[in-house]
Amino acid sequence: MDAVIDNLPFYLEGFGMTLLLLVVSGIAALVIGTLIAAMRISPVPSLRWFATGYTEIVRNTPLTLVLFFCAFVLPVLGSRLDYATAAIIGLSVYTSPFVAEALRSGVNGVPVGQAEAARSVGFGFSQTVGLIVLPQAFRMTIPPLINVFIALTKNTSVAGGFFVVELFAVGRIVANARGDQVIAILLAVATFYLLITVPLGLLAARLERRWVVQR
Amino acid sequence: MTSVLFDAPGPVARRNSLIASVVGAVAILAGIAWLYFVLNAPRGDLPGYFDPSRWEPFTEPLVWQRLITVGVWGTLSAALTASVFAIALGIVFSLLRSAQTAWIRIPTAIVLEFVRGMPVLLMMLFILLVLNTGSFWAVVAALTLYNGALIGEALRAGLAALPKGQREAGLSLGMRPMQSKMLIEFPQAFRQMLPIIIAQLVVLLKDTSLGYIVGYVELLRVSMNQLASFYGNYYLFSFFIVALVLYLTMNLTLSWFARWVARRTQRRTGMKAPNPDEENEELLRAKAIAESKQTPQGGIL
Repeated sequence: MDAVIDNLPFYLEGFGMTLLLLVVSGIAALVIGTLIAAMRISPVPSLRWFATGYTEIVRNTPLTLVLFFCAFVLPVLGSRLDYATAAIIGLSVYTSPFVAEALRSGVNGVPVGQAEAARSVGFGFSQTVGLIVLPQAFRMTIPPLINVFIALTKNTSVAGGFFVVELFAVGRIVANARGDQVIAILLAVATFYLLITVPLGLLAARLERRWVVQR
Repeated sequence: MTSVLFDAPGPVARRNSLIASVVGAVAILAGIAWLYFVLNAPRGDLPGYFDPSRWEPFTEPLVWQRLITVGVWGTLSAALTASVFAIALGIVFSLLRSAQTAWIRIPTAIVLEFVRGMPVLLMMLFILLVLNTGSFWAVVAALTLYNGALIGEALRAGLAALPKGQREAGLSLGMRPMQSKMLIEFPQAFRQMLPIIIAQLVVLLKDTSLGYIVGYVELLRVSMNQLASFYGNYYLFSFFIVALVLYLTMNLTLSWFARWVARRTQRRTGMKAPNPDEENEELLRAKAIAESKQTPQGGIL
């Protein structure tokens, strides 16, 4: 246990890096994912095909491969980014198709009858979308989006394998130095992760129950 | 979706859509062409990345032999072993989690919550350092635990979403609760949740590459560490592209299979099978159903 207490500042540094990776790549993934989702439901065929291809390819590529590319192949291609920035780019790209799918399933989840009913009482396009469809899509989208961010939290640990000193890397470094207390050291790392993932999970479950539209 | 939001597009709207489509296609192709020329531009005295000299190692059969027999096989054997164990563990988890005794149900729920909230990579490191299993079993055990927890939740949701009459019919025939569960309910729940389980196995297959970080010899390590270091940085990009193509081939095949099973399940049972593309959302919805249906006297075992 004293190995954990002695290294608490180091742990907090790693936790800060994990939070930084989570927040910055979370926001970036939200932006890219929204663009991809908009392309995917747009009436323009070429954009739709591009978005579908992008989603399929990125989603079926292992994250380790993506971050390997950022850490080892990008420098060979001439990039001068530091490892943390490169990892943020990799995590954003990897997470974006999952964001896009969550958004798309939210919009697709609103039954057609809702829009039909809105039009049948004389609503125009902006009223149908703004007053009827989007509010319902938004409610159905938030819980799966939170789940995407939970997955992202856990995925930031992979960056620890590629020179970024975040929680996982801190755990590995401390465990290598103090081989006698590996269990306590790694459980402390796990606790920091649970500090982010469990509250987010409870929030998702709560919103899911409260916001789900009863049909 | 779009068509019910506004009137059917007339000739002008259709023409505009066509123009936008062509402009979009040109922009995307221009982007791909730009990427190609940037990569293919000479680097100092060295040729571009698509120059034939950069791909020379792939003319040697030995390279392919290593990629396939050590790399792909390492990835597939870990994934296959972990899949079998994960499904078995998932069945056990779903039974324990829906047990009638609170002494079994609540600790299982806590364990599941713990396992699901932790990175798989951290579990691999933990098993590797604490249990000293060697990297193959560290990878397999961590993937089994994590995916077993998720498959367990999916199965539990599938059990809870079955019509109540299925169990009542079994009991009325004189079956014990456990018999009815294993003979009547489980086969149906398993079939209903098969697409989600296969989609989860795609995630498992992808996650075997985490073994690279804990030193397991799989496709990523063979291609990028062993072969690329042996042949030198000159070929790094080429090896990366080949590794990417091999991974995409395996994962896309399994994804396609998951979708095929989903379509087939839907046709055979007439019930809407969960779409593996929307795994997260469907799993959540199934869980919400499971929770709302879980009455105190509902759980048996």
